[in-house]
Amino acid sequence: MFDPLVDLEVGSKGKTSRGVSRRTVLKVGAAAGGGLLLSVGLPYSAGSAADDANFAPNAFVRIARDGQVTLTMSQVEMGQGTYTSMPMLVAEELEVDLAQIRLEHAPPDDKLYGNPRLGFQVTGGSTSVRAFWKPLRIAGAAARTMLISAAAATWNVEIASCHAAKGTVIHAPSGRKLTYGRLVDQAAKLPVPNDVVLKDRKDFTLIGTSAKRTDATGKVNGTADFGIDAKIPGMKIATVSACPLIGGKLGSVDESKAKNVKGVIKIVRLDDAVAVIADHMGAAKKGLEALAITWDQGASATFSTADMVRQLKDASSRRAVVAVERGDAVKAISTLPTKVDAVYQMPLLAHAAMEPMNCTVHVRKDGCDVWVGTQVITRARAAAAAVTGLPLDKVKVHNHLLGGGFGRRLDVDGITQAVQIAKQVDYPVKVIWTREEDIRHDVYRPYYYDTLSAGLDEKGHPIAFSHRVAGSSILARWLPPAFKNGLDRDAVEAGAGPYSFENVLVDYVRQEPPAGLTTGWWRGVGVTHNAFMVEGFVDELAAAAGQDPVSYRRALLGNSPRAKAVLDLVAVKAGWDKPLPAGIGRGVSVVFGFGSYVAQVAEVSVGKDGRVRVKRVVCALDCGQMINPDTIKAQMEGGIIFGLTAALYGEITLKDGRVEQSNFDNYQALRINEAPTIEVYMIDSNAEPGGIGEPGTATIAPAVVNAIFALTGKRLRQLPIDTAQLKSA
Amino acid sequence: MTYKLSINGGSHVIDADGDTPLLWVLRDLLSMTGTKFGCGMALCGACTVHQDGNPIRSCITTIDSIGDSEITTIETIGRTPAGARIQKAWLDLEVVQCGYCQSGQVMCAAALLARNPIPKDSDIDEAMSGNICRCGTYIRIREAIKYASVAPATNVQKAD
Repeated sequence: MFDPLVDLEVGSKGKTSRGVSRRTVLKVGAAAGGGLLLSVGLPYSAGSAADDANFAPNAFVRIARDGQVTLTMSQVEMGQGTYTSMPMLVAEELEVDLAQIRLEHAPPDDKLYGNPRLGFQVTGGSTSVRAFWKPLRIAGAAARTMLISAAAATWNVEIASCHAAKGTVIHAPSGRKLTYGRLVDQAAKLPVPNDVVLKDRKDFTLIGTSAKRTDATGKVNGTADFGIDAKIPGMKIATVSACPLIGGKLGSVDESKAKNVKGVIKIVRLDDAVAVIADHMGAAKKGLEALAITWDQGASATFSTADMVRQLKDASSRRAVVAVERGDAVKAISTLPTKVDAVYQMPLLAHAAMEPMNCTVHVRKDGCDVWVGTQVITRARAAAAAVTGLPLDKVKVHNHLLGGGFGRRLDVDGITQAVQIAKQVDYPVKVIWTREEDIRHDVYRPYYYDTLSAGLDEKGHPIAFSHRVAGSSILARWLPPAFKNGLDRDAVEAGAGPYSFENVLVDYVRQEPPAGLTTGWWRGVGVTHNAFMVEGFVDELAAAAGQDPVSYRRALLGNSPRAKAVLDLVAVKAGWDKPLPAGIGRGVSVVFGFGSYVAQVAEVSVGKDGRVRVKRVVCALDCGQMINPDTIKAQMEGGIIFGLTAALYGEITLKDGRVEQSNFDNYQALRINEAPTIEVYMIDSNAEPGGIGEPGTATIAPAVVNAIFALTGKRLRQLPIDTAQLKSA
Repeated sequence: MTYKLSINGGSHVIDADGDTPLLWVLRDLLSMTGTKFGCGMALCGACTVHQDGNPIRSCITTIDSIGDSEITTIETIGRTPAGARIQKAWLDLEVVQCGYCQSGQVMCAAALLARNPIPKDSDIDEAMSGNICRCGTYIRIREAIKYASVAPATNVQKAD
């Protein structure tokens, strides 16, 4: 997802997450049923959170009489480790063991749990730690302060003579101790402390240490409960086929053969799809295959990738909306001795999360229950309410673990469809998309057609840089208020990289694919897209200047010491100055995104058949203060693999109005035998925490194409990598 | 038609067409949801179970082909020495991310370790390259298999 925490000004120096230094609002009181309840409001909701009248908490910390600490919050777990890092923040300040905190998933309620920058509940954009880093610590520290005060009052001793450790307040001079559970009711009567003192970084015992993931055990023994695992009494299984033609509708269905399939219960027709409900998925699939379906083709039945690219190319010469402008890049480029121009392209991509799209729904006259893994739980509820006509409070959404999100579960199209199906029966239905359905009916990462130009002076230094982005606007569909004056700020994010050019112009032209082909978030969209364009192009500039790619970039990073530091670190760790064995090429890239700085070096070989093998990736990261370093390392490793899949294989193509890919045979994913060795080096930093879910993915593709250039002299400006261009036999 | 299947030490009578994939019998009829659906074409390995100790893809294994062989799923693989070693290695090395593919990864790795106690990199490639992980946990899967292969025997849980 796009990064809602940064300002638009891309290409300027050091962006930081906005406003987290503003005062966090906290309310404290007695919990229902006894105990202490802290309500935590995020601080940056346009200033409105600063007064009591507008107080809207985003998370709750409850300490019960038995000492159990419960954290209720909206951020979901999809592999990124949120269920571990969020409790760590509370536990650190509260002085309890991580195991003493239970995480409870928040029910849908935008007022209580909404991301203040977006106005609703969402997990995406690598924002969780960045948003909650201070508020959750303040909550923990406030509770600790109040519990100590309660204990001191009980013993009639000085507050300063007491301290907290492991869920207990201790009066060291007398050796007396009271557990938190014994103190909560008294603490709940105390006023909120005016000045909550957060622990000094040097005193951290949890933050910055590698905590074990709290969700791991169930994921190795089969008990983890993903959306697709929902088990509801009386539930039936459905699978669905939506019109394979972009924007097409359902024509006729002959169901006579399907109805004879053992286990098939009912055929359900929707405007643009047909579903088969059965006792089990095997029967549902068999029933679906037995249907004779005709489709109404719609307006795009001849549409192909070539049409889409032509439209984007045409759009690219239309009037653009300016995103970033400094100096006069166009004029400067025309007067400089060396001009470099290039067109870079990136394809449509599917998400192909391992858990195919699915949703379980029970529609009744008086209410509706939805069981699903979603990144946007309130939108899920609204979707079900819209289909059923029920008021929001009659729709209950039960959120599950996500078997991969990558942005796909920021959309609710599958939920709407499942409710439409379930509405036609009176029992619960689990709707499961086949992998083919999942790939053919994804919301796709947009195709981008970008034009880049630069002017170099006599020394090869780029005095001016321009970058025109042409592509679909995800924001215009997904969050219309954020699409202002024709500018999609995600599409242009990091459009000039982390560099300071004297003259820079980044602008944007919106061009949408035909109705029915929807574009959406894909791990690190804006940054991932622009990192490939900019880092590939800057590598071209270095080559045009006849300079080393690392030192050339270094000279452009004068305003960004942290970017320079990760670049230097990766160069040292990769042995940039040391010779490589014959047949190996090395490429570099450096990216700032989601509040984090990443540099990577990829080492590749290219076979006679053009096949690219990525052998080794070295990654240097500065994500500010680390919460759970092992999870951060895992996110870099996984992000690199995810980005490599896209670089080497990822491409959705259109022909005759249809998506051509359907499963992992023609929409390939990187496998273990193709995985490079990955080394991750992390800079110890006390800066504000940055995001970690997406930057690792963004950085790898340009490092790989730059390595291919170093090895073969061939400059690839389009993904996925075209092995035909690299054949040497 | 009915089929009698031996699964995880128990016997189950299933009334379904013979061409029904085992995956859906496990998940939808027997509520053993630890085995995952990923592709339906034996391309991703998420649905891997053991048939008499050998890893098979349950999404393409029809119930009329199983006969009296013994099926073991993720729900009980921890009762085998190799399965327990693999699960412990997965936890000790923090392999999982979203976790959806990991049932299949654990089943394949356990089968590998049971027949090859000290697998080489090439053995790991061969045994595990049929399993896709979109989160990209491959680096740690490889490390964890090696770790399990040399872990002291005291770490191994006995089968019940």
